Amino acid sequence: MNDVRLRPPRNRVERRAVAWWTTQSSIFALPLPIVFAVLYLFIPPARTWFGWCLVATLVPGLAYMLVMPAWRYRVHRWETTNEAVYASSGWLWQRWRVVPLSRIQTVDTLRGPIQQMFRLSGITVTTASASGAVKIKGLDHRVAADVVDHLTRYTQATPGDAT
Amino acid sequence: MTSGAAVRHRTDAATPEWERLNGRLILVHASLLAAPLASWAATLVATGGKLNLQALITLGSLLITFLVVTSIGLMRYFTTRYRITDDRIELRSGLLFRSQRAIRLDRIRSVDLTANPVHRVFGLTSLRIGTGEQTYSAGRKLTLDGVSKAQAAELRQRLLSRRDAVLGQAAVEDDGLIADLDWSWIRYAPLTIWGVGGVLAAVGTVYRTLHEMKVDPLQLGFVKAIENHYGSVPLWFGILVTLLIVVVLGAIFSTATFTEGWYGYRLEREDAGTFRVLRGLFVTRSVTIEERRLRGVELGETMFLRWAGGARLNAVASGLGDRDENRKRRMLTPPVPRAEALRVAADVLSEDESPTSLTDLRHHPRIALRRRINRGLTVTALIVIPLAGLGLWLSTTLLYAAGVTALILVPVSVALAYDAYRTLGHGMRGRYLVTRSGTFAHRTVALQREGIIGWNISRSFFQRRAGLLTLGATTAAGEHCYKVRDVTVTDGLSFAEEAVPHLLTPFLERGTSHRRDRRRR
Repeated sequence: MNDVRLRPPRNRVERRAVAWWTTQSSIFALPLPIVFAVLYLFIPPARTWFGWCLVATLVPGLAYMLVMPAWRYRVHRWETTNEAVYASSGWLWQRWRVVPLSRIQTVDTLRGPIQQMFRLSGITVTTASASGAVKIKGLDHRVAADVVDHLTRYTQATPGDAT
Repeated sequence: MTSGAAVRHRTDAATPEWERLNGRLILVHASLLAAPLASWAATLVATGGKLNLQALITLGSLLITFLVVTSIGLMRYFTTRYRITDDRIELRSGLLFRSQRAIRLDRIRSVDLTANPVHRVFGLTSLRIGTGEQTYSAGRKLTLDGVSKAQAAELRQRLLSRRDAVLGQAAVEDDGLIADLDWSWIRYAPLTIWGVGGVLAAVGTVYRTLHEMKVDPLQLGFVKAIENHYGSVPLWFGILVTLLIVVVLGAIFSTATFTEGWYGYRLEREDAGTFRVLRGLFVTRSVTIEERRLRGVELGETMFLRWAGGARLNAVASGLGDRDENRKRRMLTPPVPRAEALRVAADVLSEDESPTSLTDLRHHPRIALRRRINRGLTVTALIVIPLAGLGLWLSTTLLYAAGVTALILVPVSVALAYDAYRTLGHGMRGRYLVTRSGTFAHRTVALQREGIIGWNISRSFFQRRAGLLTLGATTAAGEHCYKVRDVTVTDGLSFAEEAVPHLLTPFLERGTSHRRDRRRR
């Protein structure tokens, strides 16, 4: 019997997204080790204790900062055709989403402050289903604008209320 | 769409008059004051006419609260006006914050009538107009809270027929009764699990209330008497009796719930393609579902109900509101015999045979069974291991308890896993995609294939190792995503392609599989 597989979507997200994700994760991963480092420096009697705390928080934090962005860059992929939007994501729980253009209700772009620093954009494509949204994050903002343009043009061309 | 937008005032001669809510609403709001007045009276009687400062403050603030609530209600009554023009219904209300809302008649998806007990005493009912927007704010709903029953029925008829006139649909006169209450169904009522849960909740509430009032229930006279009387019986007997009492109370409670919820139940097809579910003793509910919004049905069989050959039928429809509202409003039948549920399903979907009765559902691979057994054993281990650990640490009694628990739970969880595996199935029946799954409650969903508006395909780490995936069909109706769990990659994707042709095709590749997949096959 012939085997069928999902092929990965054609496009990767922007290379700069790795830098974005690293910055973003550092906001979560670094404050605690920094606090422990300061305590370690200024309270000599409790050094052993704070030293261990520093190691225990810094090592997983750094590991997350190093591994997550690279891995995410590997698995986040997207593609639009004249019929559908197709995106994949997930590390341990892989996820693929397909939405036909005829069923799209809204196309939103979102640019957070850190994303703006790296000139990146995220796109959210929603349908009438509450669990049917497709999110593509970490696109170059010009690419994102083109994608939105492409999607809205096809969405407008389809009659009906897309349910 | 802009149903919530403000509307221009039109001063055509043809514009109908603004109408107000029923005057009896004043009585409804005034009757609310009975609660604080009664508590005043009760306190006066209880204390023999002497009130201390604390009681005065409590009662006073209670009275003020109710006065405020009543006056808000009264203000709403005096300021609310509505009218139905040729193409829209308009509602304006508010004194300080005036709001004007209008809904285009052709956007109306449902007109529901509900009456709470106070409303019913005064012969009133509330009329709610649903537009089926995917919004989660209560402000988007248009509710006429307090019109007389006759007026509500007339309004409902007028709204639906105007809507059909606007939409250009022909109104067909047809008394389309699909199902009505058969009191023999009450035998299924005690089998719903709500009873036991309800009893536990009630006990908890009573205990908490007493606790708040600084009364320790265990120190009450009659509890003491029971304790003295039966304090010497063995523990297992005590547990057995308690369990029996809870089960019996639970059965009574769920029978009462059934009666309240399903008294006067009727499911009928109305003119111009709508279904209407009417039910309820103290609170009468009327839910209207448009036929074209109906995307399928869901057959639910909870464990005990299934053993007794019963099932309940829910609609999979869009425009029934958010998740919670959908849960409350989707019910098409109470717990009924399985055959009856299937008959109603077939009737509602206008099919010869219900798609959920499909007997030749495709089976899922054997490895799905192993996943379920593993899951059951993991849960068992999570219960037994801490118990055994405590036993090693504290006393051997707990160790024995752990042993007994394991002896009971291992076969039970394996049996449940087998049952869950046998339940798994998917298939295609004409216009419908059918999927079935569930451990304690089996759910069989038939979803119209045109209603599928995308695919969510997911694979956990363990599923990837086993060469499986979970296929989720997203839809605007019901729970928004219906899943076919644990199918092989090839079967799942081919099934998706078959259900909605062409959508997935450009993203698939064919050929020999990965080395790992082949090894597992």
